[in-house]
Amino acid sequence: MQIILNGKTISTEQTTLEALLAEQGYSNCSVATAVNEAFIAKKEYANTRLNADCVIEVVAPMQGG
Amino acid sequence: MSLTLYGTEFQSRLLLGTAQYPSPKILQDSIAVSACDIITVSVRRESSREKTGQHFWRLLQETQTHILPNTAGCRTAKEAITTAQMARELFSTDWIKLEVIGNDDNLQPNVFALVEAAQELISQGFKVFPYTTDDIVVGERLLEVGCEALMPWGSPIGSGRGLQNPFALETMRAYFPDTPLIVDAGIGLPSHAAAAMQLGFDAVLLNTAIAKSGNPVNMAKAFALAIEAGRMSFLSDPIEQRDMAAPSTPVAGTPFWLDTP
Repeated sequence: MQIILNGKTISTEQTTLEALLAEQGYSNCSVATAVNEAFIAKKEYANTRLNADCVIEVVAPMQGG
Repeated sequence: MSLTLYGTEFQSRLLLGTAQYPSPKILQDSIAVSACDIITVSVRRESSREKTGQHFWRLLQETQTHILPNTAGCRTAKEAITTAQMARELFSTDWIKLEVIGNDDNLQPNVFALVEAAQELISQGFKVFPYTTDDIVVGERLLEVGCEALMPWGSPIGSGRGLQNPFALETMRAYFPDTPLIVDAGIGLPSHAAAAMQLGFDAVLLNTAIAKSGNPVNMAKAFALAIEAGRMSFLSDPIEQRDMAAPSTPVAGTPFWLDTP
């Protein structure tokens, strides 16, 4: 299926957020996520099912004013 | 001289942004020389290849400062709320510098969405620092929904124009005598920061004026000194302005002066 990850369309066969993050190389990273504009806490990654066309944001600390 | 925000005491009245420095080392040195206790940070999309956020996170942890994440760039209450939730998990803090931008040209806050987002975030246990205007009615609403500090702009973000409406800021200070007030945005020179402190503001938050100066480390020190000077001036009951001159040297006994008509 196709999903949108950080603004880019990608293809994946992963069905949970936890599996997708591992597949995309975010294991052991300090990141936070949102799916379809809703925050998903770390403890919910394994239970969060992904659907085609879902929009995922993966963010990390960044400089800011 | 300490500053209390949401029950936590701080020695420095400078809140420092972390963006736009020439290098991570200069950022670290600027933080150190300014002796600031609170730094602002943000969240952005992370590339799994470059992992730039992970490097910055390690640098942040070395500074041993109190971290105030922001919601910079958000344009709706919903975006700001979700960003704040992600920031809380990332930085392990319930503090949030709440920004909801309403205009792309001057980055003016959308105060309606700001109040809406503040109310929701406070209900979720956040300690909200709202980036707002100098409108006292908006300030009242923000306090009503549970904000314990207000952060009015001095002038548009990054403009370096200083305090565009000192009268409004002075009015705000008088209207909210017991609320921590922090001038956030628009500061360009140490004298601008000193002026804010002389009006009785509790602290100043700035970024660009230091980071984009020719010598950020020296400028960080200059701002720290100016903020301290402004605060001491405010506490020292400055003299009233006069329209006419008044000699400071005693007139009595002036040589060559004749007491005749």
